[in-house]
Amino acid sequence: MWLFHDSKYGFIELRRIAYVCSGVVLALGVGGMAINLLRTGKMLNEGVDFTGGVLVQVRFAEATSDSELRAALGGVDAPPITRFGGENEFVVRAPIDEDVDIDEVAAGIGAQVGAAFGDDSFEIVRREAVGPKIGEELRGQAAMAVLFSFALTLLYIAIRFELRFGVAAIIATAHDILITIGLLALFQVEIALPTVAALLTILGYSLNDTIVVFDRIRENLNARGGRREDPYRLVNRSINETLPRTVLTSGTTLAVLLSLLVLGGAVLRPFTMVLILGVLIGTYSSIFIASPALLEIQRRYGIADPRAKERKRAERRAAAV
Amino acid sequence: MLKSLRGRIIVILAVVGISAYHIATRGLKLGLDLQGGMHLVLEIEDPDGSMTDDLKADALDRGLKILRTRIDAFGVEEPLIQKSGGDRIIVELAGLDDEARAKEIINRQAFLEWKLVLPTTDVDQALARVDRAIVAALGEDSVRALGAEAEVAEPDEPSIEDLLFRESPDDTAAPVEGDELDPGAATGGEELPSGDEAEDGVAGDADAEAEEAILRPFTRLLNRGSTDDRQQTVSYLVDYSRVEDADIFMSLPEFGRALPRDVSLQWGMDSLSMGGRFYRELWVLEDDAFLTGDQLEDATATRDPQFNQPQVLFELNRRGGREFQRVTGSHVDERIAILLDGEVVSAPVVREEIRGRGSIDLAGAQMAEANDLALVLRAGALPAPLSIMEERTVGPSLGQDSIDQGRIAGIVGLAFVIVIMALYYRMAGVLAIVALSIYLLLVLGGLATLNATLTLPGIAGLILSIGMAVDANVLIFERVREELAAKRAPRTAVEEGFGNALSAIVDANITTLITGMILFQFGTGPVRGFAVTLCIGIVASFFSALYVTRTLFLIYLSGKRGADPVSV
Repeated sequence: MWLFHDSKYGFIELRRIAYVCSGVVLALGVGGMAINLLRTGKMLNEGVDFTGGVLVQVRFAEATSDSELRAALGGVDAPPITRFGGENEFVVRAPIDEDVDIDEVAAGIGAQVGAAFGDDSFEIVRREAVGPKIGEELRGQAAMAVLFSFALTLLYIAIRFELRFGVAAIIATAHDILITIGLLALFQVEIALPTVAALLTILGYSLNDTIVVFDRIRENLNARGGRREDPYRLVNRSINETLPRTVLTSGTTLAVLLSLLVLGGAVLRPFTMVLILGVLIGTYSSIFIASPALLEIQRRYGIADPRAKERKRAERRAAAV
Repeated sequence: MLKSLRGRIIVILAVVGISAYHIATRGLKLGLDLQGGMHLVLEIEDPDGSMTDDLKADALDRGLKILRTRIDAFGVEEPLIQKSGGDRIIVELAGLDDEARAKEIINRQAFLEWKLVLPTTDVDQALARVDRAIVAALGEDSVRALGAEAEVAEPDEPSIEDLLFRESPDDTAAPVEGDELDPGAATGGEELPSGDEAEDGVAGDADAEAEEAILRPFTRLLNRGSTDDRQQTVSYLVDYSRVEDADIFMSLPEFGRALPRDVSLQWGMDSLSMGGRFYRELWVLEDDAFLTGDQLEDATATRDPQFNQPQVLFELNRRGGREFQRVTGSHVDERIAILLDGEVVSAPVVREEIRGRGSIDLAGAQMAEANDLALVLRAGALPAPLSIMEERTVGPSLGQDSIDQGRIAGIVGLAFVIVIMALYYRMAGVLAIVALSIYLLLVLGGLATLNATLTLPGIAGLILSIGMAVDANVLIFERVREELAAKRAPRTAVEEGFGNALSAIVDANITTLITGMILFQFGTGPVRGFAVTLCIGIVASFFSALYVTRTLFLIYLSGKRGADPVSV
């Protein structure tokens, strides 16, 4: 069995369609952020890890409705309550202000639930309390981590490949992260600490995928006659040559992630969903974004393609006349 | 050829053996999210930003040592207590039965002081000044507003504070100050209220009430409290609903300036119940402590023989004992306040000169509280108060669910990988599976060697690195297939396949390693756990794909003649 061996799909021809697709999804994400900004004042649905606040997960002995729990926590004024997994488990989130003892708020929620349902009818299975300062720092850390890894990756690829490969890889990775964040905004998925880890994993996966394709382009470019071959054909050929590997690796990773999604439990679910999204987008972008970006960079600031240079010169001459 | 093959096998067996040994001896530590436990981030409190970095570093070092002593005494197995940044301490405790108690032990500063208690007559004059200073500082309108608010906010429904409040009404029937206290003083009705109409004025004349609020904003909150054996009143009682107002007034800088220089007003720790109302006691104390907890030699929890109430017996060192003897000797029949973290725990009347021993009475408390107090006092006070910046507690049941689900998901996921690889690459796929098993062993061994914990995000990082390990094998096999398709001899095809795949594997793994290391550098907690498994995983995947798979191929090929086909 050798799937997609010797395939000759015209991936590069489809790049304009891909640009439109990416553009539309990005626009949807930006739209989602705008709507969130208007509705909640924040672009993303930030969890307590970022905003600072208290999260209490209660598990009742028997099935309980969220309206009962809401009534126990103050009716209309109750903090947001979401069901977690089964019939009897809920997550209560309460944002807190500066200078408030997080500990007291967390204990208070537990005490209120206890007063309404009786102390033996429930169990607090998880409690998280994060000061607002920690959230601020986390935001800074995440941004720094992304920027640093971009910078170092660019440097590494510029040394091992050429600068334009590095730039194209960063464009593709940034594309993946932006699209993922946009989709998270659109579907109002809560951004917690593991979500950040997932986003950074996407960064790694997307780079990995892009580099395998770029490695083949580099190899073909350095082979006899590679520099004289039409770059569009060369890149397209390289994508096709790596296609069996792309499909198999993505497929295997997705299989593992799907089993995690279905069987891994509620704690891991949001994290896994972001990863699955990332694998799909990462695979797509290494073919439809990274490689075309490489060609576009070459076309505009071309170095290695004498024919393009000549064409440009001809255009300039024509313009001058 | 055969000789180098033997060398390779020895290397692999050695690495596998070391990993297995580390896993067997050290075991794999599961993160708190998997086995349940408490993760705390504590920060040195520095509200006015007056501490220098050196001071903070010193406080952090001493705090760390004291926390370690306390936690060890509390009896938690393998606690993790470490510094983070310049002013934070991370504490991770697994397998706790009582998180609230553990937190109390960690978070309590346990700064013990002994202060002289002064008669209220020492401050009566000053309090008139205090009233005027408060009105001048806040303005009549806001003072009036505060008063009005307090009238409306009579608690008929328990608020969070009420529920949190330690003392339940039936506890307070016991004499709050323990045996040393003249029972008539605090609980008797004759002293109450001190001719102050504020408490009865709820339904009264609203205008007079408002007038009262701006004339005597602070003193109208005060009722007469405890007396000593010289029949001097030494404390005030403040209705529980008014404590917050009083705190607002007391936090004003003008308040402190209006009081005599060496006098301070400090709250009692517990509430008192009288006639169905709750009060907090506000003590008049000499500002300077004559003795502090660093003179403490030992502290033990017991029950007092008379009322069977929990108490902590303390023993002072020689210097502290002399001082204690001197002060108690000259203040017989007066009260002496024992303060814990700025609140009066108890204020017994001195009957006679006391040497180096005494007791802190904790009437109405649980025995466990007395034990915990003795424990933190023995370990010593934290050099500065710590505030909880972050707390994550996972109950053991949720942890167990996560482990079970994660295990099943992991097994099923690996089964997928095995089936796909074996079906697609046949014999080579089987070799890859063996290499991947060794890879898994290496990762777990690496985690055990580094004493890293396996968290939920860590498992995710593991799955990602499994993906990368599979990818490396796929890259190699695809290259081998390409070479075979180009009609190379099998042996050459394998050699070329490994050679051609090398650059892609190296570059892809190094870029991911860069990301992983940056994550480790910037991340905290869960992100870090993820980064550690990812980095270990990448290194192991390198070794597994380029060395183990290759060795397995060599073994596989050594049984074949040059022209035999390879199954890939």
